[in-house]
Amino acid sequence: MNKPALPNSFRNGPDEQGMFGMFGGRFVAETLMPLILDLENHWNEAKNDPAFKAEIEQLNKHYTGRPSPLYFAERLTEHLGGAKIYFKRDELNHTGSHKINNCLGQILLARRMGKKRIIAETGAGQHGVASATVAARFGYPCVVYMGATDVERQAPNVFRMKLLGAEVRPVTSGHGTLKDAMNEALRDWVTNVEDTYYLIGTAAGPHPYPELVREFQSVIGREVREQMKEAEGRLPDMLVAAVGGGSNAIGLFHPFLDDEDVQIVGVEAGGKGLSGEEHCASLTAGRPGVLHGNRTYLLQNEDGQINEGHSISAGLDYPGIGPEHSWLKDSGRVDYVPIMDDEALEAFQLLTRLEGIIPALEPAHALAEVVKRAPKMAKDQIIVMNLCGRGDKDVFTVGKILGHEL
Amino acid sequence: MTTRIDRRFAALKAEGRPGLVTYFMGGDPDYETSLSIMKALPKAGADVIELGMPFSDPMADGPAIQAAGLRALKGGQTLAKTLAMAADFRKHDEDTPIVMMGYYNPIYVYGVERFLTDAKASGVDGLIVVDLPPEMDEELCVPALKAGLNFIRLATPTTDEKRMPAVLSNTSGFVYYVSMTGITGSALPDTTKVGAAVDRIKAHTDLPVCVGFGVKTSEQARAIGASADGVVVGTAIVNAVANVLTADGRKTADPAEAVATLVGGLAQGVRQARLAAAQ
Repeated sequence: MNKPALPNSFRNGPDEQGMFGMFGGRFVAETLMPLILDLENHWNEAKNDPAFKAEIEQLNKHYTGRPSPLYFAERLTEHLGGAKIYFKRDELNHTGSHKINNCLGQILLARRMGKKRIIAETGAGQHGVASATVAARFGYPCVVYMGATDVERQAPNVFRMKLLGAEVRPVTSGHGTLKDAMNEALRDWVTNVEDTYYLIGTAAGPHPYPELVREFQSVIGREVREQMKEAEGRLPDMLVAAVGGGSNAIGLFHPFLDDEDVQIVGVEAGGKGLSGEEHCASLTAGRPGVLHGNRTYLLQNEDGQINEGHSISAGLDYPGIGPEHSWLKDSGRVDYVPIMDDEALEAFQLLTRLEGIIPALEPAHALAEVVKRAPKMAKDQIIVMNLCGRGDKDVFTVGKILGHEL
Repeated sequence: MTTRIDRRFAALKAEGRPGLVTYFMGGDPDYETSLSIMKALPKAGADVIELGMPFSDPMADGPAIQAAGLRALKGGQTLAKTLAMAADFRKHDEDTPIVMMGYYNPIYVYGVERFLTDAKASGVDGLIVVDLPPEMDEELCVPALKAGLNFIRLATPTTDEKRMPAVLSNTSGFVYYVSMTGITGSALPDTTKVGAAVDRIKAHTDLPVCVGFGVKTSEQARAIGASADGVVVGTAIVNAVANVLTADGRKTADPAEAVATLVGGLAQGVRQARLAAAQ
C-alpha cells in the first residue's frame, strides 16, 4: 500500500465526511443516517458552546475527580534502570477508569438532544458501569447490551450496573461477544430511533462518534502536557497506551500528535500470539474493512467475515479499532505493537509489587511494552504511560490463572 | 439502459398487479439446497429474487436472518460461491431479475471492481447494500451504476422530505421502502401508513416502490400490494427453511418445497391485491 502524503498537522481530522484519510466514514443503514446527521449538528453546536464546556469541566473536577495525578513511578524506574516512568492515573477516576470522561460528555449531549433513553454496549463492563453511572446521575433509563459469555465472566460489574438502575441485556446472537453486543445495540437504536441515545464506549463507530469520543478523552493528554511541564519543565520523550477500540490512547495521544519529538506507541492485545486467530491485534495483523459504521483495520478472513479475537483482557477483546488509529498507523505517526497475554500478566504483578498499584489488564499491556523499552532509553529520558483503569475487576481472572480459588 | 428489473416492473405494470420480491439467504443451509430453493422461487410465483449474501455481523437484521447467515457461513458459503449461485441459476432462467443483498465488507474485501465484473458476468441485475447510505455513494453505488447494475436504495420512515431527494438521486431499478424503523422480521406496521408512505415516495420518483420488513402472510402481501408496486418477503422465507432443519442442521423435509408452498400463497396474495383494492 502506498503511504499517504504526510499532512501539515495530524490533529485536523476527520474531514467533513468523517474520514481520517481512507478510514472512518458513515457506513450505516439509512434508518440511522438522519440521526447521525442530527447528532453531528448537535455536537458541532455543543463543542463551540462555552456553557457545554464549562459543565463538563465542572463535572470532571467535582464528580470524576480530575485532574488525575501524573505520578512518577520511582521504584519501577529504578527497577528497569532506564528512562523515567510516569503514570497518568486515570484509574483513580470515579468508576475506576477513563471511560467516565466520555460518558459524561455524551450524556450532556443526549440531554441537549432531548433524548429520553440511553443504550450502551460493554465488553468487560467498564463502559457499561460508567454509562449506568451517568444515566443514574442524570436520571435516564439505561439499557446495556453485553455478550452472554461476558455477563457470566464479569458478574461483579453486571451487579454494579443493576445497582445503578441499568438493565443488562445478555446478547446470545452471533457468538455472544462484544461485537455482537455492539450489533445488538445498533439493532435497538435502529428500532427506537426517536427517543434513544446510543452512548458508544470507544473512539469508533460512524462519524461523528470517533471525533466526539476523542474530544471527551483528550482531557487526558491536555492534563499531561501541563503536568509534565510542571514536573519536568518539558514534554515527555515517549507516550505509551493500550489500544482496544482505542479511546484512552487517542485521548492521551491527540494533544501530542504534532510534537515531532514525542514518540508515540500504541499497544494491542497479542493474546496467545499472532500466528493463530487468538489475538486482538487488528492493526498489526488485520486489514482494512468496514464494520460498525466505519472503515478501519479489522480481524477478518479472506471472505470479509469478521473474526472473534481473543485477549486475556475483555476490554481489548474487539476485532476492530478506532479509525483514527488506522490512519495514524498508515501515516507512520504512531507505532503499534502487540503484547501477549502472559507478558501483560507479568507486568500486572510487577506493578502491584513494586508500586502498590493493581492495574487493569488493559494498561498492563501498555506496561509490558514500557518494561521492554525503558531499559534501552537514557536515564534523562521520560516515558508517560496511561494507567487507564484499575485492576479490581480483574482480580478474579488473574486469580484463576495463577491458581487461587476466590 | 434497461435491465431485467426495469423490464420486469414494466411487465407487471402492464399486467396491472404488484410484484412479489422474495429474499432468501445464499448458501443456507448449503450450496446445493440453497440453489434448489432459488430455482423453485420463480416457479412458485416470485417476480424478483433477492439473493442474500451472508455476513458475520448483520447489524440491520433480526434473529432469523442472522441465524440463516451463520448457517450459510458454516456450510462454507463465500461471496464467490454466492456469485456462482447466481450464474448457475442464470443457466436455467434468463428473465427473473436477481438482486444481491447484504453488507459492504465482503464486497470491499473481494474488491469493488472485481465484484462488479463478476456480478455482471453472473447475470446479477442489481445490488442492495444495507450499510451504504447516499453519503458513501462513491464506494460502490457510482461504480455499480457505471457497470450497468441497478443500485437499489432503502428509504425508511426516518427519511424525511429534505433527505428523500438525496436517497433517490442515484437509485435505480426500484426503491425499497423499509416500512418501519427496526430490524428485519419485526411486526408489520399499519398498512394505511404504508400507503401514505408509498405516495410520499412516488411524489419524488417514477421508480417502482417495493415495501418490505414484516410481511409474512398472503393477506399481508395483499394489503401491502394494494398500494405498493412490489411486496418484499424475507424473514418468512428464511424461517420456512429453518423450520425444516433440526438443531444440528439435518433436513426433516425438502426446504425448496417448504419455500415453494409459502411463496405460492404469497403470490396469490399479490395477484389479488389490486382486485381487492378495487372492490
